[in-house]
Amino acid sequence: MEAVALHISNGVLNGPVSAIYGVIALVALAYCVSRGRRDLDDRLAPMAGLVAAFIFAVQMLNFPVLPGVSGHLLGGAMAALLVGPWVGALCVSVVLIVQALVFADGGVTALGANVANMALLGTAVAYLLIALLLRVLPRTPTGLGITAFVSSVFAVLAASQGFVLQYALGGTTDLEHYSLGAIAGLMAGTHLLIGIGEGLIAAVTVVTVARTRPDLVYALRGLKRPQPATAQGVAA
Amino acid sequence: MKGLYLERDTPLHRLPPEVKIAAMVSATVIVVVTPREALWAFAGYAVLVAVIAAIGRVPAGWLAKRSLVEVPFVLLALALPFLAAGEQVTVLGLEVSRDGLYGGFNILAKGTLGVLLSLILAATTTTRDLIVGLDRLRCPQILTQIATFMLRYLSVLGGEARRMRIARISRGDDPRFLWQVRGFATGVGALFLRAFERGERVYLAMVARGYEGRMPAAWLAAGAATRNHWLAAATVPVAAAAIAGTAVILG
Repeated sequence: MEAVALHISNGVLNGPVSAIYGVIALVALAYCVSRGRRDLDDRLAPMAGLVAAFIFAVQMLNFPVLPGVSGHLLGGAMAALLVGPWVGALCVSVVLIVQALVFADGGVTALGANVANMALLGTAVAYLLIALLLRVLPRTPTGLGITAFVSSVFAVLAASQGFVLQYALGGTTDLEHYSLGAIAGLMAGTHLLIGIGEGLIAAVTVVTVARTRPDLVYALRGLKRPQPATAQGVAA
Repeated sequence: MKGLYLERDTPLHRLPPEVKIAAMVSATVIVVVTPREALWAFAGYAVLVAVIAAIGRVPAGWLAKRSLVEVPFVLLALALPFLAAGEQVTVLGLEVSRDGLYGGFNILAKGTLGVLLSLILAATTTTRDLIVGLDRLRCPQILTQIATFMLRYLSVLGGEARRMRIARISRGDDPRFLWQVRGFATGVGALFLRAFERGERVYLAMVARGYEGRMPAAWLAAGAATRNHWLAAATVPVAAAAIAGTAVILG
Protein backbone atom coordinates (compact mmCIF):
# COMPACT_ATOMS: atom_id res chain seq x y z
CA MET A 1 0.00 0.00 0.00
CA GLU A 2 1.26 3.40 -0.87
CA ALA A 3 0.13 5.26 2.22
CA VAL A 4 -0.11 8.95 2.91
CA ALA A 5 2.82 10.05 4.92
CA LEU A 6 4.15 13.43 5.92
CA HIS A 7 1.80 14.33 3.10
CA ILE A 8 -1.00 16.33 4.63
CA SER A 9 -4.49 15.47 3.42
CA ASN A 10 -7.35 17.85 2.59
CA GLY A 11 -9.11 19.16 5.70
CA VAL A 12 -6.32 18.56 8.24
CA LEU A 13 -5.22 22.20 8.15
CA ASN A 14 -7.78 25.00 8.10
CA GLY A 15 -8.48 27.21 5.09
CA PRO A 16 -6.44 30.35 5.94
CA VAL A 17 -3.29 28.43 6.88
CA SER A 18 -3.55 26.25 3.75
CA ALA A 19 -4.00 29.39 1.65
CA ILE A 20 -1.06 31.22 3.26
CA TYR A 21 1.22 28.25 2.74
CA GLY A 22 -0.07 27.96 -0.82
CA VAL A 23 1.00 31.56 -1.50
CA ILE A 24 4.39 31.06 0.21
CA ALA A 25 5.01 27.91 -1.83
CA LEU A 26 3.96 29.61 -5.07
CA VAL A 27 6.24 32.62 -4.55
CA ALA A 28 9.21 30.47 -3.49
CA LEU A 29 8.69 28.07 -6.39
CA ALA A 30 8.53 30.96 -8.86
CA TYR A 31 11.93 32.09 -7.54
CA CYS A 32 13.30 28.53 -7.77
CA VAL A 33 12.04 28.33 -11.37
CA SER A 34 13.86 31.52 -12.35
CA ARG A 35 17.09 30.40 -10.65
CA GLY A 36 16.74 26.79 -11.76
CA ARG A 37 16.36 27.73 -15.44
CA ARG A 38 19.94 28.97 -15.47
CA ASP A 39 21.17 25.69 -13.97
CA LEU A 40 19.23 23.30 -16.17
CA ASP A 41 21.50 22.37 -19.07
CA ASP A 42 21.80 19.19 -21.13
CA ARG A 43 23.54 17.41 -18.31
CA LEU A 44 21.25 18.49 -15.50
CA ALA A 45 17.92 17.89 -17.27
CA PRO A 46 18.12 14.08 -17.31
CA MET A 47 19.74 14.16 -13.85
CA ALA A 48 16.83 16.20 -12.46
CA GLY A 49 14.36 13.69 -13.95
CA LEU A 50 16.23 10.75 -12.47
CA VAL A 51 16.58 12.40 -9.04
CA ALA A 52 12.82 13.05 -9.06
CA ALA A 53 12.12 9.43 -10.08
CA PHE A 54 14.47 8.18 -7.35
CA ILE A 55 12.78 10.34 -4.71
CA PHE A 56 9.38 9.20 -5.94
CA ALA A 57 10.38 5.56 -5.52
CA VAL A 58 12.02 6.14 -2.14
CA GLN A 59 9.01 8.04 -0.73
CA MET A 60 6.91 4.89 -0.96
CA LEU A 61 8.59 3.56 2.22
CA ASN A 62 6.48 4.65 5.19
CA PHE A 63 6.78 4.47 8.97
CA PRO A 64 3.90 5.18 11.41
CA VAL A 65 4.30 7.97 14.01
CA LEU A 66 0.84 8.70 15.46
CA PRO A 67 -2.62 7.70 14.32
CA GLY A 68 -2.90 9.66 11.09
CA VAL A 69 0.69 10.72 10.93
CA SER A 70 3.47 8.67 9.40
CA GLY A 71 6.84 9.61 8.07
CA HIS A 72 8.84 8.64 5.04
CA LEU A 73 12.10 9.37 3.31
CA LEU A 74 12.16 12.81 1.68
CA GLY A 75 15.21 13.01 -0.57
CA GLY A 76 15.66 16.77 -0.39
CA ALA A 77 19.29 16.56 0.74
CA MET A 78 20.22 14.17 -2.04
CA ALA A 79 18.49 16.38 -4.58
CA ALA A 80 20.36 19.45 -3.30
CA LEU A 81 23.69 17.61 -3.56
CA LEU A 82 23.14 16.25 -7.05
CA VAL A 83 21.23 18.99 -8.85
CA GLY A 84 21.60 22.02 -6.59
CA PRO A 85 19.13 23.74 -4.27
CA TRP A 86 16.93 25.38 -6.93
CA VAL A 87 16.40 22.45 -9.26
CA GLY A 88 16.43 20.17 -6.20
CA ALA A 89 13.48 21.98 -4.61
CA LEU A 90 11.69 21.80 -7.96
CA CYS A 91 12.33 18.05 -8.20
CA VAL A 92 10.79 17.40 -4.78
CA SER A 93 7.86 19.70 -5.65
CA VAL A 94 7.22 17.83 -8.90
CA VAL A 95 7.15 14.57 -6.96
CA LEU A 96 4.55 16.02 -4.58
CA ILE A 97 2.43 17.54 -7.38
CA VAL A 98 2.39 14.29 -9.36
CA GLN A 99 1.58 12.29 -6.23
CA ALA A 100 -1.35 14.60 -5.50
CA LEU A 101 -2.72 14.56 -9.06
CA VAL A 102 -1.96 11.03 -10.20
CA PHE A 103 -2.01 8.97 -7.02
CA ALA A 104 -4.35 11.05 -4.81
CA ASP A 105 -1.54 11.05 -2.23
CA GLY A 106 -1.65 14.29 -0.23
CA GLY A 107 -4.51 16.74 -0.56
CA VAL A 108 -4.57 19.21 -3.43
CA THR A 109 -5.44 22.06 -1.06
CA ALA A 110 -2.62 21.03 1.29
CA LEU A 111 -0.12 21.00 -1.57
CA GLY A 112 1.26 24.39 -0.49
CA ALA A 113 1.88 23.14 3.03
CA ASN A 114 3.44 19.91 1.78
CA VAL A 115 5.70 21.76 -0.66
CA ALA A 116 6.73 24.22 2.06
CA ASN A 117 7.77 21.41 4.44
CA MET A 118 9.38 18.89 2.19
CA ALA A 119 10.55 20.75 -0.90
CA LEU A 120 11.42 24.19 0.48
CA LEU A 121 12.28 23.82 4.17
CA GLY A 122 13.94 20.42 3.81
CA THR A 123 16.02 21.35 0.78
CA ALA A 124 16.98 24.78 2.17
CA VAL A 125 18.23 23.35 5.47
CA ALA A 126 20.05 20.60 3.59
CA TYR A 127 21.77 23.01 1.22
CA LEU A 128 22.88 25.40 3.96
CA LEU A 129 24.47 22.46 5.79
CA ILE A 130 26.01 21.14 2.57
CA ALA A 131 27.55 24.53 1.75
CA LEU A 132 28.96 24.74 5.27
CA LEU A 133 30.17 21.15 5.66
CA LEU A 134 31.82 20.91 2.25
CA ARG A 135 34.01 23.85 3.23
CA VAL A 136 34.88 22.47 6.65
CA LEU A 137 35.29 18.76 5.97
CA PRO A 138 38.20 17.25 3.99
CA ARG A 139 37.48 16.89 0.29
CA THR A 140 37.43 13.12 0.30
CA PRO A 141 34.66 10.61 -0.37
CA THR A 142 34.32 10.25 3.41
CA GLY A 143 33.85 13.99 3.79
CA LEU A 144 31.20 14.00 1.08
CA GLY A 145 29.49 10.99 2.64
CA ILE A 146 29.37 12.66 6.06
CA THR A 147 27.98 15.81 4.43
CA ALA A 148 25.22 13.82 2.72
CA PHE A 149 24.39 11.98 5.93
CA VAL A 150 24.30 14.98 8.28
CA SER A 151 22.38 17.21 5.87
CA SER A 152 19.79 14.45 5.28
CA VAL A 153 19.19 13.96 9.00
CA PHE A 154 18.67 17.67 9.67
CA ALA A 155 16.58 18.23 6.53
CA VAL A 156 14.16 15.48 7.56
CA LEU A 157 13.98 16.82 11.14
CA ALA A 158 13.32 20.35 9.87
CA ALA A 159 10.55 19.16 7.56
CA SER A 160 8.85 17.22 10.37
CA GLN A 161 8.95 20.27 12.65
CA GLY A 162 7.53 22.33 9.78
CA PHE A 163 4.44 20.13 9.95
CA VAL A 164 4.20 20.62 13.73
CA LEU A 165 4.32 24.39 13.23
CA GLN A 166 1.56 24.20 10.61
CA TYR A 167 -0.58 22.07 12.88
CA ALA A 168 -0.06 24.54 15.73
CA LEU A 169 -1.08 27.43 13.45
CA GLY A 170 -4.03 25.85 11.72
CA GLY A 171 -4.81 22.33 12.85
CA THR A 172 -8.56 21.86 12.54
CA THR A 173 -8.81 20.23 15.97
CA ASP A 174 -7.11 20.86 19.32
CA LEU A 175 -5.65 17.78 20.89
CA GLU A 176 -5.93 17.41 24.65
CA HIS A 177 -3.85 14.38 25.42
CA TYR A 178 -1.06 15.26 23.07
CA SER A 179 0.39 18.70 23.74
CA LEU A 180 2.25 20.41 20.91
CA GLY A 181 5.53 19.63 22.64
CA ALA A 182 4.62 15.96 22.74
CA ILE A 183 3.71 15.95 19.06
CA ALA A 184 6.94 17.75 18.22
CA GLY A 185 8.89 15.21 20.26
CA LEU A 186 7.18 12.22 18.66
CA MET A 187 7.70 13.60 15.18
CA ALA A 188 11.33 14.42 15.91
CA GLY A 189 12.02 10.98 17.38
CA THR A 190 10.62 9.03 14.45
CA HIS A 191 12.09 11.35 11.91
CA LEU A 192 15.52 11.08 13.50
CA LEU A 193 15.40 7.36 12.66
CA ILE A 194 14.01 8.08 9.19
CA GLY A 195 16.71 10.71 8.70
CA ILE A 196 19.42 8.20 9.59
CA GLY A 197 18.03 5.75 7.03
CA GLU A 198 17.74 8.45 4.42
CA GLY A 199 21.22 9.74 5.27
CA LEU A 200 22.74 6.30 4.63
CA ILE A 201 20.97 5.96 1.26
CA ALA A 202 21.95 9.51 0.24
CA ALA A 203 25.58 9.04 1.35
CA VAL A 204 26.01 5.73 -0.52
CA THR A 205 24.42 7.11 -3.67
CA VAL A 206 26.22 10.43 -3.75
CA VAL A 207 29.63 8.92 -2.94
CA THR A 208 29.24 6.34 -5.72
CA VAL A 209 28.26 9.03 -8.21
CA ALA A 210 31.11 11.30 -7.07
CA ARG A 211 33.67 8.50 -7.46
CA THR A 212 32.72 7.60 -11.03
CA ARG A 213 31.20 10.77 -12.44
CA PRO A 214 32.23 13.73 -10.21
CA ASP A 215 31.05 16.05 -12.98
CA LEU A 216 27.48 15.06 -12.12
CA VAL A 217 27.53 16.24 -8.50
CA TYR A 218 26.30 19.84 -8.42
CA ALA A 219 27.58 20.54 -4.91
CA LEU A 220 31.16 19.81 -5.98
CA ARG A 221 31.07 22.18 -8.95
CA GLY A 222 31.69 25.55 -7.27
CA LEU A 223 34.25 24.15 -4.87
CA LYS A 224 36.72 22.63 -7.29
CA ARG A 225 37.18 25.62 -9.51
CA PRO A 226 38.20 28.51 -7.22
CA GLN A 227 41.26 26.83 -5.68
CA PRO A 228 42.50 23.95 -7.81
CA ALA A 229 46.13 24.84 -7.02
CA THR A 230 45.78 24.63 -3.23
CA ALA A 231 43.70 21.47 -3.40
CA GLN A 232 46.41 19.79 -5.47
CA GLY A 233 49.12 21.24 -3.27
CA VAL A 234 47.56 19.67 -0.19
CA ALA A 235 47.18 16.38 -1.98
CA ALA A 236 50.79 16.44 -3.14
CA MET B 1 4.51 4.32 -15.84
CA LYS B 2 0.78 3.84 -16.15
CA GLY B 3 -0.46 5.50 -13.00
CA LEU B 4 -4.07 4.71 -12.25
CA TYR B 5 -5.47 5.22 -15.76
CA LEU B 6 -8.49 3.10 -16.73
CA GLU B 7 -8.88 2.52 -20.45
CA ARG B 8 -12.44 3.62 -21.36
CA ASP B 9 -14.20 5.71 -23.95
CA THR B 10 -16.47 8.12 -22.07
CA PRO B 11 -17.19 11.87 -22.32
CA LEU B 12 -15.01 12.32 -19.22
CA HIS B 13 -12.06 10.52 -20.84
CA ARG B 14 -12.44 12.60 -23.99
CA LEU B 15 -12.37 15.98 -22.16
CA PRO B 16 -9.03 17.79 -22.60
CA PRO B 17 -6.80 17.31 -19.54
CA GLU B 18 -6.42 21.01 -18.69
CA VAL B 19 -10.15 21.52 -18.04
CA LYS B 20 -10.30 18.36 -15.92
CA ILE B 21 -7.39 19.52 -13.74
CA ALA B 22 -8.96 22.96 -13.31
CA ALA B 23 -12.36 21.46 -12.45
CA MET B 24 -10.86 18.99 -9.97
CA VAL B 25 -8.76 21.59 -8.15
CA SER B 26 -11.57 24.16 -7.92
CA ALA B 27 -14.13 21.58 -6.76
CA THR B 28 -11.67 20.35 -4.09
CA VAL B 29 -11.12 23.91 -2.86
CA ILE B 30 -14.90 24.42 -2.55
CA VAL B 31 -15.24 21.17 -0.59
CA VAL B 32 -12.41 22.12 1.77
CA VAL B 33 -13.69 25.63 2.53
CA THR B 34 -17.21 24.35 3.28
CA PRO B 35 -17.93 24.93 7.00
CA ARG B 36 -17.81 21.60 8.79
CA GLU B 37 -21.20 22.17 10.45
CA ALA B 38 -22.93 22.16 7.03
CA LEU B 39 -23.48 18.41 7.17
CA TRP B 40 -25.95 18.28 4.26
CA ALA B 41 -23.44 19.78 1.87
CA PHE B 42 -21.17 16.74 2.26
CA ALA B 43 -24.01 14.39 1.36
CA GLY B 44 -24.61 16.53 -1.73
CA TYR B 45 -20.92 16.36 -2.67
CA ALA B 46 -21.00 12.58 -2.31
CA VAL B 47 -23.89 12.41 -4.81
CA LEU B 48 -22.00 14.76 -7.16
CA VAL B 49 -18.86 12.57 -6.97
CA ALA B 50 -20.98 9.46 -7.64
CA VAL B 51 -22.53 11.10 -10.73
CA ILE B 52 -19.08 12.09 -12.10
CA ALA B 53 -17.74 8.60 -11.45
CA ALA B 54 -20.73 7.11 -13.29
CA ILE B 55 -20.16 9.40 -16.30
CA GLY B 56 -16.51 8.34 -16.40
CA ARG B 57 -17.51 4.68 -15.81
CA VAL B 58 -15.09 4.42 -12.87
CA PRO B 59 -16.19 1.36 -10.82
CA ALA B 60 -17.10 2.00 -7.18
CA GLY B 61 -15.06 -1.00 -6.01
CA TRP B 62 -11.98 0.32 -7.78
CA LEU B 63 -12.46 3.73 -6.12
CA ALA B 64 -12.93 2.12 -2.71
CA LYS B 65 -9.76 0.04 -3.06
CA ARG B 66 -7.64 2.94 -4.28
CA SER B 67 -8.86 5.34 -1.61
CA LEU B 68 -7.12 3.11 0.97
CA VAL B 69 -4.35 5.68 0.53
CA GLU B 70 -6.37 7.56 3.10
CA VAL B 71 -6.30 4.94 5.87
CA PRO B 72 -3.87 6.78 8.21
CA PHE B 73 -6.16 9.81 8.12
CA VAL B 74 -9.22 7.67 8.85
CA LEU B 75 -7.41 6.47 11.99
CA LEU B 76 -6.73 10.09 12.97
CA ALA B 77 -10.41 10.92 12.37
CA LEU B 78 -11.59 8.01 14.52
CA ALA B 79 -9.18 8.90 17.31
CA LEU B 80 -9.94 12.63 17.40
CA PRO B 81 -13.28 12.46 19.30
CA PHE B 82 -11.43 10.79 22.18
CA LEU B 83 -8.31 12.94 22.09
CA ALA B 84 -9.59 16.45 21.46
CA ALA B 85 -10.18 19.13 24.07
CA GLY B 86 -13.35 21.13 24.75
CA GLU B 87 -17.01 20.48 25.49
CA GLN B 88 -17.83 16.81 26.05
CA VAL B 89 -20.98 15.19 24.66
CA THR B 90 -22.34 11.65 25.03
CA VAL B 91 -22.78 9.62 21.85
CA LEU B 92 -23.89 5.98 22.07
CA GLY B 93 -22.94 5.97 25.74
CA LEU B 94 -19.40 7.22 25.11
CA GLU B 95 -18.01 10.49 26.45
CA VAL B 96 -16.47 12.25 23.47
CA SER B 97 -15.40 15.76 22.63
CA ARG B 98 -17.80 17.75 20.44
CA ASP B 99 -14.89 19.55 18.80
CA GLY B 100 -13.14 16.24 18.21
CA LEU B 101 -16.29 14.74 16.72
CA TYR B 102 -16.61 17.58 14.25
CA GLY B 103 -12.86 17.56 13.64
CA GLY B 104 -12.83 13.86 12.90
CA PHE B 105 -15.82 14.19 10.58
CA ASN B 106 -14.18 17.19 8.92
CA ILE B 107 -10.97 15.29 8.12
CA LEU B 108 -12.83 12.16 7.09
CA ALA B 109 -15.35 13.86 4.79
CA LYS B 110 -13.02 16.39 3.16
CA GLY B 111 -10.16 13.93 2.88
CA THR B 112 -12.35 11.25 1.30
CA LEU B 113 -14.02 13.62 -1.17
CA GLY B 114 -10.63 15.05 -2.16
CA VAL B 115 -9.13 11.60 -2.69
CA LEU B 116 -12.16 10.51 -4.75
CA LEU B 117 -11.96 13.60 -6.98
CA SER B 118 -8.22 13.04 -7.54
CA LEU B 119 -8.79 9.36 -8.25
CA ILE B 120 -11.46 10.12 -10.86
CA LEU B 121 -9.07 12.54 -12.55
CA ALA B 122 -6.26 9.96 -12.51
CA ALA B 123 -8.59 7.20 -13.75
CA THR B 124 -9.78 9.21 -16.76
CA THR B 125 -6.50 10.92 -17.77
CA THR B 126 -3.18 9.32 -18.71
CA THR B 127 -0.11 10.65 -16.94
CA ARG B 128 1.20 11.93 -20.28
CA ASP B 129 -2.02 13.90 -20.79
CA LEU B 130 -1.85 15.27 -17.24
CA ILE B 131 1.54 16.79 -18.00
CA VAL B 132 0.25 18.17 -21.31
CA GLY B 133 -2.65 19.66 -19.34
CA LEU B 134 -0.32 21.27 -16.79
CA ASP B 135 1.74 22.66 -19.68
CA ARG B 136 -1.35 24.17 -21.29
CA LEU B 137 -2.31 25.70 -17.92
CA ARG B 138 0.97 27.67 -18.19
CA CYS B 139 2.82 25.57 -15.62
CA PRO B 140 6.52 26.58 -15.98
CA GLN B 141 8.25 24.44 -18.57
CA ILE B 142 11.04 23.44 -16.21
CA LEU B 143 8.46 21.74 -13.95
CA THR B 144 6.70 19.88 -16.75
CA GLN B 145 10.09 18.85 -18.11
CA ILE B 146 11.19 17.39 -14.77
CA ALA B 147 7.79 15.67 -14.44
CA THR B 148 8.03 14.19 -17.95
CA PHE B 149 11.46 12.74 -17.25
CA MET B 150 10.48 11.58 -13.79
CA LEU B 151 7.61 9.46 -15.16
CA ARG B 152 9.81 8.16 -17.98
CA TYR B 153 12.73 7.31 -15.69
CA LEU B 154 10.61 5.51 -13.10
CA SER B 155 10.41 2.57 -15.49
CA VAL B 156 14.12 2.94 -16.33
CA LEU B 157 14.91 2.69 -12.59
CA GLY B 158 12.57 -0.29 -12.18
CA GLY B 159 14.10 -2.04 -15.18
CA GLU B 160 17.67 -1.51 -13.97
CA ALA B 161 16.76 -2.72 -10.47
CA ARG B 162 15.27 -5.88 -11.98
CA ARG B 163 18.33 -6.51 -14.16
CA MET B 164 20.69 -6.02 -11.19
CA ARG B 165 18.64 -8.42 -9.06
CA ILE B 166 18.74 -11.08 -11.78
CA ALA B 167 22.51 -10.50 -12.10
CA ARG B 168 22.95 -11.02 -8.34
CA ILE B 169 20.81 -14.15 -8.27
CA SER B 170 22.55 -15.65 -11.30
CA ARG B 171 25.86 -15.25 -9.46
CA GLY B 172 24.69 -17.34 -6.52
CA ASP B 173 23.16 -14.66 -4.27
CA ASP B 174 20.04 -16.15 -2.72
CA PRO B 175 18.72 -13.73 -0.08
CA ARG B 176 15.47 -14.29 1.80
CA PHE B 177 13.12 -11.92 3.55
CA LEU B 178 14.91 -8.89 5.09
CA TRP B 179 18.38 -9.89 3.89
CA GLN B 180 17.30 -8.96 0.37
CA VAL B 181 17.66 -5.36 1.52
CA ARG B 182 21.40 -5.81 1.97
CA GLY B 183 22.08 -6.60 -1.65
CA PHE B 184 19.89 -3.71 -2.68
CA ALA B 185 21.49 -1.25 -0.23
CA THR B 186 25.04 -1.97 -1.33
CA GLY B 187 23.98 -1.65 -4.95
CA VAL B 188 21.89 1.48 -4.64
CA GLY B 189 24.68 3.78 -5.84
CA ALA B 190 25.41 1.54 -8.81
CA LEU B 191 21.69 1.37 -9.59
CA PHE B 192 21.51 5.17 -9.64
CA LEU B 193 24.52 5.50 -11.96
CA ARG B 194 23.34 2.79 -14.37
CA ALA B 195 19.88 4.33 -14.51
CA PHE B 196 21.41 7.76 -15.09
CA GLU B 197 23.60 6.60 -17.94
CA ARG B 198 20.70 4.86 -19.63
CA GLY B 199 18.50 7.90 -18.98
CA GLU B 200 21.15 10.22 -20.41
CA ARG B 201 21.23 8.17 -23.62
CA VAL B 202 17.43 8.38 -23.83
CA TYR B 203 17.62 12.14 -23.33
CA LEU B 204 20.34 12.65 -25.95
CA ALA B 205 18.37 10.52 -28.43
CA MET B 206 15.36 12.76 -27.81
CA VAL B 207 17.46 15.92 -28.28
CA ALA B 208 18.87 14.49 -31.52
CA ARG B 209 15.28 14.06 -32.76
CA GLY B 210 14.36 17.67 -32.11
CA TYR B 211 13.28 17.69 -28.44
CA GLU B 212 13.52 21.21 -27.01
CA GLY B 213 11.91 20.85 -23.61
CA ARG B 214 8.26 20.28 -24.55
CA MET B 215 6.51 17.20 -25.85
CA PRO B 216 4.87 17.67 -29.28
CA ALA B 217 1.38 17.13 -27.83
CA ALA B 218 1.82 20.24 -25.66
CA TRP B 219 2.51 22.72 -28.45
CA LEU B 220 0.29 21.17 -31.13
CA ALA B 221 -3.04 22.97 -31.02
CA ALA B 222 -4.98 19.77 -31.81
CA GLY B 223 -6.89 18.51 -28.80
CA ALA B 224 -6.66 21.75 -26.83
CA ALA B 225 -9.73 22.78 -24.91
CA THR B 226 -12.48 24.79 -26.60
CA ARG B 227 -15.05 27.03 -24.93
CA ASN B 228 -17.54 24.14 -24.84
CA HIS B 229 -15.05 21.93 -23.03
CA TRP B 230 -14.49 24.60 -20.40
CA LEU B 231 -18.26 25.07 -19.97
CA ALA B 232 -18.81 21.31 -19.63
CA ALA B 233 -16.09 20.99 -16.99
CA ALA B 234 -17.27 24.10 -15.15
CA THR B 235 -20.52 22.31 -14.25
CA VAL B 236 -18.63 20.38 -11.54
CA PRO B 237 -17.33 23.32 -9.46
CA VAL B 238 -20.55 25.27 -10.14
CA ALA B 239 -22.64 22.37 -8.86
CA ALA B 240 -20.37 22.06 -5.82
CA ALA B 241 -20.68 25.79 -5.12
CA ALA B 242 -24.47 25.56 -5.44
CA ILE B 243 -24.55 22.68 -2.94
CA ALA B 244 -22.32 24.61 -0.52
CA GLY B 245 -24.42 27.77 -0.86
CA THR B 246 -27.71 25.93 -0.35
CA ALA B 247 -26.42 24.05 2.69
CA VAL B 248 -25.01 27.18 4.34
CA ILE B 249 -28.23 29.20 3.76
CA LEU B 250 -30.62 26.41 4.82
CA GLY B 251 -28.39 24.96 7.55
